[in-house]
Amino acid sequence: MSNTTTPSTLSSIAEMRKALDSKQVSATELAQEALDRANAAKHLNIFLDINPEATLAQAKQADQRIAEGKQHLLTGIPIAHKDVFVTRQWRTTAGSKMLENYTSPFDATVVEHLKNAGTVNIGKLNCDEFAMGSGNENSAFGACLNPWDTSAVPGGSSGGSAAAVAAGIVLATTGTDTGGSVRQPSAMCGVSGIKPTYGTVSRFGMIAYGSSLDQAGPIASSAQDLVELLDVISVFDERDSTCIETCDGTPNRQGRVKQAYLDTLASQNGQGSQPLKGLRIGVPKEFFGPGLSADVASAIEAALEQYEALGAERVEISLPRTELSIPAYYVLAPAEASSNLSRYDGVRYGYRAKEYKGLEDMTSRSRSEAFGPEVQRRIMVGTYVLSQGYYDAYYLQAQRIRRLIANDFQAAFASQCDVIMGPVSPAVAKNIGDNRDDLTADWLADIFTLGVSMAGLPAMSIPCGFGGANGNRPIGLQIIGNYFNEGKILAIADRFQQHTDWHTRKPEIK
Amino acid sequence: MSLSLEDVTRISRLARLELTPEKKELALNELNNILGLIEKLQSVDTTGVEPLAHPLSAHEDITLRLREDVITETSSESGRDAMLANAPATENGLFLVPKVIE
Repeated sequence: MSNTTTPSTLSSIAEMRKALDSKQVSATELAQEALDRANAAKHLNIFLDINPEATLAQAKQADQRIAEGKQHLLTGIPIAHKDVFVTRQWRTTAGSKMLENYTSPFDATVVEHLKNAGTVNIGKLNCDEFAMGSGNENSAFGACLNPWDTSAVPGGSSGGSAAAVAAGIVLATTGTDTGGSVRQPSAMCGVSGIKPTYGTVSRFGMIAYGSSLDQAGPIASSAQDLVELLDVISVFDERDSTCIETCDGTPNRQGRVKQAYLDTLASQNGQGSQPLKGLRIGVPKEFFGPGLSADVASAIEAALEQYEALGAERVEISLPRTELSIPAYYVLAPAEASSNLSRYDGVRYGYRAKEYKGLEDMTSRSRSEAFGPEVQRRIMVGTYVLSQGYYDAYYLQAQRIRRLIANDFQAAFASQCDVIMGPVSPAVAKNIGDNRDDLTADWLADIFTLGVSMAGLPAMSIPCGFGGANGNRPIGLQIIGNYFNEGKILAIADRFQQHTDWHTRKPEIK
Repeated sequence: MSLSLEDVTRISRLARLELTPEKKELALNELNNILGLIEKLQSVDTTGVEPLAHPLSAHEDITLRLREDVITETSSESGRDAMLANAPATENGLFLVPKVIE
């Protein structure tokens, strides 16, 4: 290793690739350093399982592949997975006592694709139990702390995934987004994350929460790195019945996202300093109501001005059912959760109560003892809205409103704008422990991310400033695209990051 | 409308969750609070609007695939052991549950 290149100075996948290919560092050195950093940051409670032997074995294979000249762009790059992706060599708990000792007999499709590309998994990342939460406080294994400010939550549910990137342990992680769980923690940890179009990434082996909403997406330090990750995992999979074969005529396979990204960059041919000339950015007026905190509002305004400076045009649009997305989501997601989580019966896998009378009692006691309060709450809500006599009034009505919400986005994209931008969250990360007595306060803060999930659109978050009392809590800009436009929004995010340095800032880990 | 304690008992039974009397009281308050939030849906006129289940069907015609009804994985003792490895109780290659038939 040269004196100037150490693993910790490599801040992008491209730089790491170069260092690996020129033999300045080995995959084993990178993996060992990431494991050491994970260990040094233990107080942040980012990882739920680490298996150094398995990690170093993957690194050794990567080194061999590089020596043979057969490497993929991601070979030897350390990553980590949210603990809802099942893995053969690491325990998979979904942040729940229910699966405390569960080890999957197979790898999730997302895990498989990243493994085949030669990435090296450092471990499994903390998250809200069964991905239900917005602050990672609902993990059965304790809260995960925000690397920027350890008194703040990292956001959720993919809190560990965003915190691992912010803390510089790995350059990229996987997350899942049902109502904002990739975008919101990315915003709160000052990193970049994307939820692609529903159906583009396989849900096989991703522990189910709300199946018509759940979608995997990567988190990384830049849009450029997200392109590489998303491109590898956005592939049709026959093992997921909702996974799609073609995206507006283009086969859903590796190369699609990257090509669209490169094509968009190439087409941005406005004059010199105005590469985005002709781009119409829709700004929904409903995202800037009285509920938006002043620090977030001014950071978003500055980001939009930056886009205007790059040649883009700002257009005010309306998404009139933004507020309705909250009640609609909190019917649909719990309904699907109550159905999905009925599989945890204490028979085939998972927790079983020590004492019980008969089969039904065994199941009920096991579930009550092992599910946390938020999961039980959502199961109860879901069970109620699906029960006889209420299905039409709640579930079907919510699905009808879901259609109207999707139509509102389509109306905007049809005639007014090419992308939509706004805040990810109304405020910066809250303090750990806040809102404990106000159940629905966290739910209400999901207002800007839920509509996108219900419509199944791609959307991302990129860092665009800081706020909070001490000015050290990150703020994210949300960029929403039309169906299958993940390559396009990644290119638009990349333009911003070429002209700003928010995404390069890192917290000091104490 | 608001729920009663009897409703909570019925829902928890359907959900296979065993709630202590204190937890039932708590659940009653929480559920009524949440129902107050989702009640807003009722005020929207959705006459003639088709419910949206698969989000992409807002964009294109979606038909969910069905696979061929054929065996895709052959059985083996090692495969069975792997599937049973996470079970709380097994016996002779079977999942063990409390007796259900006297």
